This record gives sequence, structure tokens and C-alpha cells, in this order.
Amino acid sequence: MTKVSMTVNGKAVSGDVEGRTLLVQFLREGLGLTGTHVGCDTSQCGACVVHVNGESVKACTIFALGCEGAEVRTIEGMANADGSLGVIQAAFQEHHGLQCGFCTPGMVMSAADLLSRNQNPTERDVREWLEGNICRCTGYHNIVKSIMAAAATLRGEQVAAE
Amino acid sequence: MYAFDYARPASLAEAIEAMKDEDAKALAGGQTLIPTLKQRLASPTTLVDLNGIAEIKGICLKDGMVAIGAGTRHAEVADSADVQRLIPALAHLAAHIGDPQVRNRGTLGGSLANNDPSACYPAAVLGLGATVHTSAGRAIAADDYFQGMFETALGEGELITSVDFPVPEKAAYMKFVQPASRFALTGVFVAKFLGAVRVAVTGASESGVFRWPEAEKALSANFSAGALDGVALGADGMIGDLHGTPEYRAHLAGVMARRAVTAAG
Repeated sequence: MTKVSMTVNGKAVSGDVEGRTLLVQFLREGLGLTGTHVGCDTSQCGACVVHVNGESVKACTIFALGCEGAEVRTIEGMANADGSLGVIQAAFQEHHGLQCGFCTPGMVMSAADLLSRNQNPTERDVREWLEGNICRCTGYHNIVKSIMAAAATLRGEQVAAE
Repeated sequence: MYAFDYARPASLAEAIEAMKDEDAKALAGGQTLIPTLKQRLASPTTLVDLNGIAEIKGICLKDGMVAIGAGTRHAEVADSADVQRLIPALAHLAAHIGDPQVRNRGTLGGSLANNDPSACYPAAVLGLGATVHTSAGRAIAADDYFQGMFETALGEGELITSVDFPVPEKAAYMKFVQPASRFALTGVFVAKFLGAVRVAVTGASESGVFRWPEAEKALSANFSAGALDGVALGADGMIGDLHGTPEYRAHLAGVMARRAVTAAG
């Protein structure tokens, strides 16, 4: 076992891990942050997406020891300081961007990375960006709508919910 | 996964030292290696994580060429203003590998060291006639580097450090995406240089990426999609699997080559 230290959602954390311990295992089993989901475990589905040093990555395809000293952000770090839903989370709720909810943590984290790079994405940009996030319920339509709405809110525009 | 020791060298010299263990394996972006380890198809004693080595990262211009460090991620190549300006086809290729999360981790060197027969980068490296630099101080021409499916000219423990890409007059890469894996079902990189055209095909052959001399000859004489009329690849040696027959891939190479020539303009 090797000691690994990183910052997760703004908090310094550390733990003992094996070389083969994946980041997602460390988050879920080591830290109890079970909001990050393991869907496929084969780098396909994107349910495990988190941010490492500000960029979205699949937490099932990066080792915990590879994140030594990194800034990690998970879905648990997306709410506002008062515990209310963050802008992207609120948009998913408002626009029915989830059904079973399994893929949602990854969708929200992917969306946050997109919106940090592109404040004014087109619907096509959003759909292309979600190539690595699979949803089996929604048909993606309302997920795209949620992200477009979140982008508008973050730009300071008023969005009417349907 | 089988258990292994994890080494995180901070310099190339340390990485070279760690790779002297014959059962060590280098970890670049890990987007292929980690799934391979999960399937227990590889069992290194030590995994040498190259992600902490600053000297093999970054993009610069060198002698009229675009030099890209082996540890540079696909997203960085895609977003590079220099690559977009000088070799837009390469930026476009990098912007369409896998998905955004794969592009945030995967590296040029990792893709080339693995040499997956359906990967995109080998087509650009061979199509542009790039030069692969290694930790052994070697400069390997693309024509000598790719030696078959998952086979390369790299020696035991030898690491790619950077790749020099010549700047073409024009170039384009077109791929037909296998929608589940997002690899190229077949992809073609076409590059026009002063007096010569290079055409590299990925995803099609059981021997990995290859040049297509008949197409190069036709396009050198007349750089237009119509010049490829009557130029066809045989199905011999092409990959056949549930996604496509050898005949389908051979045909697709012709279609992608025409689209690439048209896109290159």
C-alpha cells in the first residue's frame, strides 16, 4: 500500500491505496463519495466522470496514485455552499434531464467541463461533447435541453421551463 | 487487475531507469492500457507512469516542423493554435479521437507506442511522413516505425519522447467511426507536399496502418477525388469482423480517401 494525497471538493484527503486502485474506487470506497458511479468499468459510459485539475476524465480509467497532489472535483462538490443545487444540477431537475439518474453525475460533470470551455455552446456542440456519456433512459433530448438552459443561466439569461 | 508497483518518475532519466526492469510497462494516458490491465491481458510488475514528466509534453515549432511531445494530450493538440494554423488536419484528427474525456487523458506517444490497427494518430504520422524521437536517442522515420498490428520499431524499454510533423501544403483526415468504440472503422489521411502526395490508411489492414502507393501516384499526378476513379484496394489482408468484411473496409478506404482529398481542397 502507498499513501496518496489529493484535494477532493476543496478538502485535503489522503489514504492508503494499491498501485492498481482506480480513482473511482478511492473516491467511492476510500472516501465514501458514492455519487460518482461505475456504469461499465470499460471507459465507455461516462457515469464515472469527475474533474482532475479542472478537466473531465473517466475516474474508472485513471489510477488514484496518478492523482497524487491533484485537485479533484466530484458531483458532491457541485452543489452551492448552502447545500442547494448548483446551476447545472438545477437545470437537470427543471428540464427533466434525468429519469433513473444513474448517468446523471457523469452528465453533470461533463457538462460542467464543456461550459467552462464554451460559455455559448450550440446544441450540436453539446451533443458532440456528450459522446462519452451514455444514457439509457432519456434519449438525451432533455439532457441537451438542460445543459443549454444551464449555459443560458450562467450567461445571466432568463430561461422559461416547459 | 493483477497487482503491480506504481512508479511516478519526475524526469525522463528516471523513467528510462525504471523501464530497465523487463517486466515494467510505461503508462501514458492509460486509455487503452488501463482497460487492458482490467482484462488481465497485461501483467507488468511495475507500471511506470509518464504523466509527471514535463520534458516530454508540449508543442513547439522546430526547423519548419511542428514538434509535439509524446506526453501531449489529444485535447492539447486539438486546441493548439500552432497546430490549427500549420496542420489543421492534425488538429481535426486529434479533436475527433474517442470522446472528450479520452482526449483529456490520451497522449500522442501512447497511441503510437500501442499502434492499434484502428487508431487515428498512426495515419497522421505515416501520412505526414513524421519522425519519431525516442529515449534511446533515435530518430525513426514513420515509414520504418510502424511494423504491423501493435508492432513498432521501439526496442525494450524505449520510450517515445516527441514527434516532428512536416507541414504539408494541404492535408485532411477522414474516418468512418465505429460508433461503439469510436475508433476508425477505416480512416484515411491524405497529405499533399510539394511534388508528392502521401496517403495512409488505418483501421483496414490486419498489418496495421499502411501507405497506399497507387492512390499516392494518382493523386501526385492530379490532386482531385476524380483521380482515384479506377484506383481500388484489394480485400486481401484487410480486417474482417462483425463490424465489416474485408471487402467493405477496402471499399471504405476508397470512399474516405476521396472525401479526404475533397476536404483538403
